[in-house]
Amino acid sequence: MSLIFAIFLPIIIALVIPFLFKKVSNIHTGWFVLLVPLALVFFYGAYIPSVMDGNTYIEEFSWIPSLDISLVSYIDGLSLLFSLLITGIGALVVLYSIFYLDKEKEKLGNFYVYLLLFMSAMLGVVQSDHLISLYFFWELTSISSFLLIGYWYTKDRSRFGALKSMMITVFGGLMMLGGFVLLGIMGKTFSIRELIDQAPILAGHEFFVWALVLVLIGAFTKSAQFPFYIWLPDAMEAPTPVSAYLHSATMVKAGLYLVARFTPLFALSEVWVWLVTGVGLLTLFWGSVFAVKQTDLKAILAFSTVSQLGLIMSLLGIGSISYHVTGNLMTTFTIATFAAIFHLMNHATFKGSLFMIAGIVDHETGTRDIRKLGGLMSLMPISFTIAMIGSFSMAGIPLFNGFLSKEMFLDATLSLQHFNVHSLESWWILFPIVAWIASVFTFVYSLYFVFHTFLGKHKPELLPKKAHEAPWGMLVSPSILATLVVVIFFVPNYFSTMFIKPAVAAIQPLAYQVPADIGFKIKAWHGFDSPALYMTLGVFLIGFILYKTIEKWTPVYERIPAKMSLNRFYDGLMNLSDKGANRLSSSYMTGSIRSYLLYMFAALIILLALTMWIKDAFVMDLTYLAPIKFFEVLISIVLIISTLTILITKSRVTAIIALGAVGYTVALFYIIFKAPDLALTQLVIETVSVALFLGAFYHLPKMNKYENRKLDHRFRLNNFLIALGVGIMVTLIAIASHSQKLVKSISEYYKETVYSEAGGGNIVNVILVDYRGFDTLFEISVLTIASLGIIGMITVRLSKKKGDRKVEDK
Amino acid sequence: MEILMSILIGFLFMAAVYLILSRSLLRIIIGTGLLSHGTHLLLLTMGGLGGESAPVLAEGITDYADPLPQALILTAIVISFGVTAFSLVLAYRAYKVVGTDNMDLMKGNEDND
Repeated sequence: MSLIFAIFLPIIIALVIPFLFKKVSNIHTGWFVLLVPLALVFFYGAYIPSVMDGNTYIEEFSWIPSLDISLVSYIDGLSLLFSLLITGIGALVVLYSIFYLDKEKEKLGNFYVYLLLFMSAMLGVVQSDHLISLYFFWELTSISSFLLIGYWYTKDRSRFGALKSMMITVFGGLMMLGGFVLLGIMGKTFSIRELIDQAPILAGHEFFVWALVLVLIGAFTKSAQFPFYIWLPDAMEAPTPVSAYLHSATMVKAGLYLVARFTPLFALSEVWVWLVTGVGLLTLFWGSVFAVKQTDLKAILAFSTVSQLGLIMSLLGIGSISYHVTGNLMTTFTIATFAAIFHLMNHATFKGSLFMIAGIVDHETGTRDIRKLGGLMSLMPISFTIAMIGSFSMAGIPLFNGFLSKEMFLDATLSLQHFNVHSLESWWILFPIVAWIASVFTFVYSLYFVFHTFLGKHKPELLPKKAHEAPWGMLVSPSILATLVVVIFFVPNYFSTMFIKPAVAAIQPLAYQVPADIGFKIKAWHGFDSPALYMTLGVFLIGFILYKTIEKWTPVYERIPAKMSLNRFYDGLMNLSDKGANRLSSSYMTGSIRSYLLYMFAALIILLALTMWIKDAFVMDLTYLAPIKFFEVLISIVLIISTLTILITKSRVTAIIALGAVGYTVALFYIIFKAPDLALTQLVIETVSVALFLGAFYHLPKMNKYENRKLDHRFRLNNFLIALGVGIMVTLIAIASHSQKLVKSISEYYKETVYSEAGGGNIVNVILVDYRGFDTLFEISVLTIASLGIIGMITVRLSKKKGDRKVEDK
Repeated sequence: MEILMSILIGFLFMAAVYLILSRSLLRIIIGTGLLSHGTHLLLLTMGGLGGESAPVLAEGITDYADPLPQALILTAIVISFGVTAFSLVLAYRAYKVVGTDNMDLMKGNEDND
């Protein structure tokens, strides 16, 4: 159970964190937390050698066996790489946060509980082989991310950012769940490996593309792809360690993980290839262009994260083309997958360090506004060095790992020319062009980020604090990451054999059985015949010119965004659903009982009439009718006249007396139709009812008589039409049902056995007290309850103090 | 006869619904009274209006009216009486407390929604 236990270790430790925070106040709680990711790094690190050989590990814990739901931890190259990223960068971030967050002022107990919760959730996401448990962990990342973004919950912006990220990622998560369920229905299993095994069969299923699109929406929302990226810049209100961890290195890569994991399943469809590649490139372009516009250090990094995630996404898309080609071309495209994983790793290193530097700058100067910063190089030399390494790597400058992956990226977009379907011959050129422009902008904002913060004129009068170098503890983590950035550049193939190749083998099982099959080597120098070299040189040249003239052309941004802002769309959508729902419900929830009765009666008429019409249910059968007698007609006329009197009369005494007349006429009907007990009861009860009505009338408003008269006796066409409709429907249904009696009455039994079984002669009474005595018992209860209620209403008087009035009203 | 009764019952329902849709509380209760009458007659009619004699055993009679609907109606009459009495007293109390019997004025307001 060690693999499953390892996933839950952070949550288990999280349980004791609040106690440690409360009881051990002289040691920063982070030190205890730090042990968890460190232990896990070593634990997962031990798997590296055997996973390099192509081994996989699987462990299952049956959760809900009857529904076939279990927690399955599956370790292969891909999940091991992610697990190491999560725990490794997790350890660095915890170390950084120990110096970043003050142990006196901050609620560290909460912070580390959320962070550990998140760590467990992420490990669960990348190791789950079961779709439902994957979804479970996926939503747990959304929730813990929500808690972490809203960590400073007294700030409005934090709460807004937390809510926004929650709305968007949970929307995507639910879509993804839909896709998962479709997959489960198609493949009759929730295991990802088993689904991949039957991928060629599933590809022909009618749900396949639906499942594909739904899962992709989940991945796109989590990985902040266009147009769902808008939550990421707002999530920058979180503490910087959180931004560095969640919003650059781990959570936003969950979507990339999902795409990589499902590539062997979905890549058989071209929809997948073009959606992933296209959305990735669009995101790359959009994010890099808008990063230059930002003035907040973390916002620049947020947009840069968006754009880099788009880059990796598009590489994964290009990599999945390998499922559509054969032979040498297959290798050409699997290199894109290789580049994707490589850049994913590189991005985690340099973006993590850059976020930490942004946090340090914020911590030591009191601001993140790039317009107020400048000239910090001499004051903060170590931070400057780290920032420069990170930015240059992000820009794709040689000597740093970003250069290698950027080269491979440009190569991959160029390789699209070999994929000749759907007359792509002339269109493929768009992809490298977009990628190239995005690279130029990446170059510009990388330089902008580092040079505008650290070079130029120092403006101490604008800074809330006096700037100075950060404490050593804060610099340790970014230094480690920056060192990695450089080390990876010099020995890329060492890292590639260790991490990248096993991951690529997991994504491209058709092309490679074991990691050792991948013969590809990363070279820093491609020779002069490589077109990517000239593209890179172009990026440097144009990028440098654009950077130098940045003041001149940035005002262009002032004109575009107002209308094109997706945030405005999101706000509008939120407003619309809020206000719209309010307006909608207040439009029909009038508070007047008459409107509700109108809806009910109208619905009754429409439903009944439609059903009758559709089913052709109206039948009139005249054979079994009782003969019409003179008396009956006479009584009917009396009944109609008294009912009309109620409707027409202006005096309410008349109405009550006419109601009494109706009741007595009904009693007469009972007599004619041979129902003596009914007639007796009806006569008595009608008398009592009329007496009650008169009593109520006596007490009802005198002063209101006037007003009521006016209100009541105006003829209302709407009401009349509805009433007429109800009346007609009742008549039609009565005639139709009387004409189609399907079974005989059971009353013959009562008639035959009433004396022999029950010893009585009055069949109705015997039914009431013997055959169906239960009805009578509860009818007695109804009368009892009614009389008790009446007594209660009359005798219980609540005090009429001001404060109590509301209670009494209801 | 059943057709005639059906039309009569439809007329009672129409009058009842029209009264229920009005504004005065008393008229609404009168409407429910008419609605119960209509329903009771409907029960009786649907049981069949034939039958020579009341359902009480007697020498030499074989064709009794159907006793089951009558038992059902008897129960229904008593229950609707209980409910009517209760709602009448409720109307009386509501008038004492609120001071009106106009349904349109008995709406929830902004504070009480």
